[in-house]
Amino acid sequence: MSLIEIAGLRKSFGSTEVLRGIDLSVASGEVVAIIGRSGSGKSTLLRCINGLESPDAGAITVAGEALGTGEARLRALRLKVGMIFQQFNLFPHKTAGQNVMLARQVVRGHPRAEAEALARRMLNRVGLGAKFDAYPAQLSGGQQQRVAIARALAMEPLALLCDEVTSALDPELVGEVLGVVRELAAEGMTLIMVTHEMAFAREVCDRVVFMHEGRVHEVGPPAEIFAEPRTPELRAFVARGH
Amino acid sequence: MTQFTFVDILTNLLWASRWTLLLSLAAFAGGGLLALGLLFAAIGRARWPGRLVRLYVEIFQGTPLLMQLFLAFFGLGLLGIDVSPWLAACAALILWSAAFLVEIWRGCVMAIGRGQWEASAALGMGYAAQMRHVVLPQALRLAVPPTVGFSVQVVKGTALTSIIGFLELTKAGTVLSNASFQPFTVFGLVALIYFALCFPLSVGARRLERKLNVAH
Repeated sequence: MSLIEIAGLRKSFGSTEVLRGIDLSVASGEVVAIIGRSGSGKSTLLRCINGLESPDAGAITVAGEALGTGEARLRALRLKVGMIFQQFNLFPHKTAGQNVMLARQVVRGHPRAEAEALARRMLNRVGLGAKFDAYPAQLSGGQQQRVAIARALAMEPLALLCDEVTSALDPELVGEVLGVVRELAAEGMTLIMVTHEMAFAREVCDRVVFMHEGRVHEVGPPAEIFAEPRTPELRAFVARGH
Repeated sequence: MTQFTFVDILTNLLWASRWTLLLSLAAFAGGGLLALGLLFAAIGRARWPGRLVRLYVEIFQGTPLLMQLFLAFFGLGLLGIDVSPWLAACAALILWSAAFLVEIWRGCVMAIGRGQWEASAALGMGYAAQMRHVVLPQALRLAVPPTVGFSVQVVKGTALTSIIGFLELTKAGTVLSNASFQPFTVFGLVALIYFALCFPLSVGARRLERKLNVAH
């Protein structure tokens, strides 16, 4: 059974229809890359899955539960689906450790000591155990993004949504973040990532979704998608060397 | 006729300036408390309270403080409520400073980027938790320098209460100048005392601004 089930999803901003009926299902443990030109609706799709945008029509089901509109249901959904952002969005007034601990304490109501132990484990997992007391401003972009990953993992989500997680990074810092993502994939984490890192998508993902003008234009295993694109749009996209 | 020496004038002015100081403190503290209440109405998710705060701010920022003092003093008197100059001055200054403080603070809350809201929402935090743990601590840091800066305006604003007969520094200056026939000396000293009260505040605001900026 699939972990995330999306059916007939539509979303407009003003008069622009960004998502024009998306159907997609993601199995537990699957790693899915969403590719496509900017404006094709990739990020909006991702943001709908954890309720940062509310769809105009269609249904999203995560682990058997439909995405509702009330705040309580949204919060329940967000505990199942973690999200990592292009701009990291760490809390600048808190240390790396506190960033990872906060939701554990506030949302899950765990005592401080327990949250701290977990935060240390999560920071170790992304290779930043030594940076527990560093503030975000003292960390490089790559390190900040790894803290953001640890922060999402601390909530023990069923799936992680990655929204262009390396796009704001200097080229030499991309590798360390992708390394962490690769490890997560190998550990069986369900990942849906919007990405421009085609080489990475090819290597790590089970399935690639090509979006074009608000629709899922082509889906398939990376080998097929990149080697034998069926539609002219995908062919053009691949040829442009993304 | 009594002769006023320089020392007489100075001691009288300094004695009167405690009322300026007290009134400033009352206005700032009271205005701050009121603004805090208004702030939560302004940034909450319900629409109506926010609109009412907006209206309140427009009224008090859009009319001269002097008119507000007149209305508080004479207006309440017309309604049969006997108000002392001190009470009228306090009330008007509290309402006036709250209107400015709530706008300053609302701006600081708005300045916290959407990303912070989204990241905390994505972690499952509700509105109250987001406010308390993520948005307000950062907004507070932004708010300190402009708030201290605004306190200078409050101190200077108290000068207007002399018009309704409240005997603070400016009123004392007027009285002394009429009695001593030395307006230049008297008002020169009045200005110096105001400056002595305000200068440390503006220096403090600048220092805080630098310090809090570095911390990020």
